Amino acid sequence: MGRIWRSVKLGIKSLLLHKLRSSLTILGVVFGVAAVIMMLAVGEGAARDAQEQIAQLGATNIIYRSVKPSQDAQSQKTGGRPSRVLNYGLKYEDYDRILATVPTITKALPIREIRREVRNGPHSLEARVVGTTHDYLEFNRLTIERGRFLLPSDNEHYENYCVLAAETARTLFPFENPLRQSVKIGSDYYTVVGVTKPRGSTAAIGGSLAAQEYDKDVYIPLNTCRVRFGERILSSRAGSQEAEETQLSQITLQVAKIEEVPLTAPVIEGAVKPFHEEKKDVDMVVPYDLLEQAKRQAAIFSLVLGSIAAISLIVGGIGIMNIMLATVTERTREIGIRRALGAKRRDITQQFLIETVVLSGIGGMIGVGIGVFVPPLITQFSEIKAVVTPESVILSFGVSVLVGIVAGLYPANRAAKMDPIEALRHE
Amino acid sequence: MTVMDDFPLMDDRPGSSGAQPIVRLRDIRKQYIMGKAGGRHEAIVVHALRGVSVDFYPGEYVAIMGASGSGKSTMLNLLGCLDRPTSGKYLLGDQDVANLSDDELSEIRSRYIGFIFQAYNLIQQYTVWENIQLPLTYQGSGTITAEDDARTSELAEMVGLAERLDHRPNQLSGGQQQRVAIARSLVNDPYIILADEATGNLDSATSAEIMAMLERLNQAGKTIIMVTHEDDIAEHARRVIRMRDGQIISDAPSERMKDAPPDVVGLGLGTGLPGAALAPV
Repeated sequence: MGRIWRSVKLGIKSLLLHKLRSSLTILGVVFGVAAVIMMLAVGEGAARDAQEQIAQLGATNIIYRSVKPSQDAQSQKTGGRPSRVLNYGLKYEDYDRILATVPTITKALPIREIRREVRNGPHSLEARVVGTTHDYLEFNRLTIERGRFLLPSDNEHYENYCVLAAETARTLFPFENPLRQSVKIGSDYYTVVGVTKPRGSTAAIGGSLAAQEYDKDVYIPLNTCRVRFGERILSSRAGSQEAEETQLSQITLQVAKIEEVPLTAPVIEGAVKPFHEEKKDVDMVVPYDLLEQAKRQAAIFSLVLGSIAAISLIVGGIGIMNIMLATVTERTREIGIRRALGAKRRDITQQFLIETVVLSGIGGMIGVGIGVFVPPLITQFSEIKAVVTPESVILSFGVSVLVGIVAGLYPANRAAKMDPIEALRHE
Repeated sequence: MTVMDDFPLMDDRPGSSGAQPIVRLRDIRKQYIMGKAGGRHEAIVVHALRGVSVDFYPGEYVAIMGASGSGKSTMLNLLGCLDRPTSGKYLLGDQDVANLSDDELSEIRSRYIGFIFQAYNLIQQYTVWENIQLPLTYQGSGTITAEDDARTSELAEMVGLAERLDHRPNQLSGGQQQRVAIARSLVNDPYIILADEATGNLDSATSAEIMAMLERLNQAGKTIIMVTHEDDIAEHARRVIRMRDGQIISDAPSERMKDAPPDVVGLGLGTGLPGAALAPV
């Protein structure tokens, strides 16, 4: 160990003999290593973003959503003219059928969403009214700020209770405690029983699932929703009246373990799809699949970015090799002297290898420093999220040292193969 | 059966009675092939040494002389284990080194040979101290012990450079650099010191200084073999070997030793201990 350390110290001395040359060589490695770390950090940041969003949907969940059929699908069905009442989406019977046929489901959450104006005296907002059950809280990782969430009994008794999301509560009750107050949703009054804490919105994923904002919601019991709002919704659009008939907007299903997801999803599909084959008015979203897909994409993304950066590292390595070849020629006489004084071939190889590894190692360390320091700045000053992982640091530093060894091997061997007598005579 | 059996002692030399030669060369031949055979060119075979047999005893101070092309450099390279003879035997101490591998020859150089070159050949980026210790790093484990450090200081003191241990070669005069080289050649306590035109790059005053230092070393018992083409430098030696066309043409005590008793010229002197023999001189 002492010997290696001594060789490293003496190697540094030799490198200091040509300060500019050595620092330029090091610079090549610095850029390579820093580029690899930063590129991987950007890749990792993007991957984490996507995965976080998907994970928020719940990896053990399987989501079925009602989808408004396209104009094409509608015309086909009715023979060229859109029907006046558009009947589509998930039905209560779908919900019951799923629960009856799929045993691995531990929890199921039916959801009906309607956009309605919610009003408290002068304060009002266009809210998403969600008719659902008590499980909604857990499924969507919401937490209660005040009061309580909907209870199973609320649903059973068709109570006119509602729970307000954070922003809804703030808009409707800017100065008061909303609990036990009443708000007007549509044409009925509901008593506020609870307020949820703010929660970030989920982003749209792959077009199959729209972005969800939770903070402008109002939650009411599903049964209440069913009787108060009915299934048919009228809306005026472009001068003509349009009616839609939907029973459920979404069914979220949960299995016990993540491993059961890939097995359960096809079974559920089998229970729902045949009944919606024609209209294509439902869509299944499996966050687990998306997660896997996102991971694969992230891996490819990182690989592409990393490879691009690795090229610069290789260029740095070629720089090292070039310089070491020049150095070996230039120091032929020194090699001869060392051989005369008893250096074996492997001592010479070792000396030059140590010098190249010191070069690439120093470059690697500086590169790691820059690579670790810069991504947080990128995150701070731009929209791009960059996350430096320990693996990327170890990888890039390791590769830089490896590049040093590979680049040093040929020059070092050439130095070692020199005939001592010829080498001594050189100059 | 040892390798020694191949080397009957040459007891006809004056003063060699009983002493073991430290170096024995037997019918050493060396030929180089210049250029490549084939096409219109024929390979040229250069016979650098054509059967050289010679012994060197502990404590000797020998000058090898000859014109360029006489084979003296080849001889020095072979003696220094930098090269292997094409044929013949070379016994260093009691080890046959003529057919050793490259690594083994390196090991021999690092332990038993000290080199002093015409161009000093110090490592430019190393300090005086590091230059002196260089041969030690190539010995065995390559670790430098406290004992080695003490010896380094002692040698630096001896060559008068104790004050300049952290100087680089380019901060030293030629004479000083050659003194560093001398200290370096002694650090491994070699069997023989090989000096190749050690004063060739120095002015006469500095040359004298270096030669005086070699003289002192020899008096302290070191075996020195030097190659030179200058008669007055060769005169510092006790024995002069002249070469021509790869052969030894004369091997005799130097002028200043002509009148000395033969046992002083030949050295060895029966004790086998370098240096001990020289005490009365």
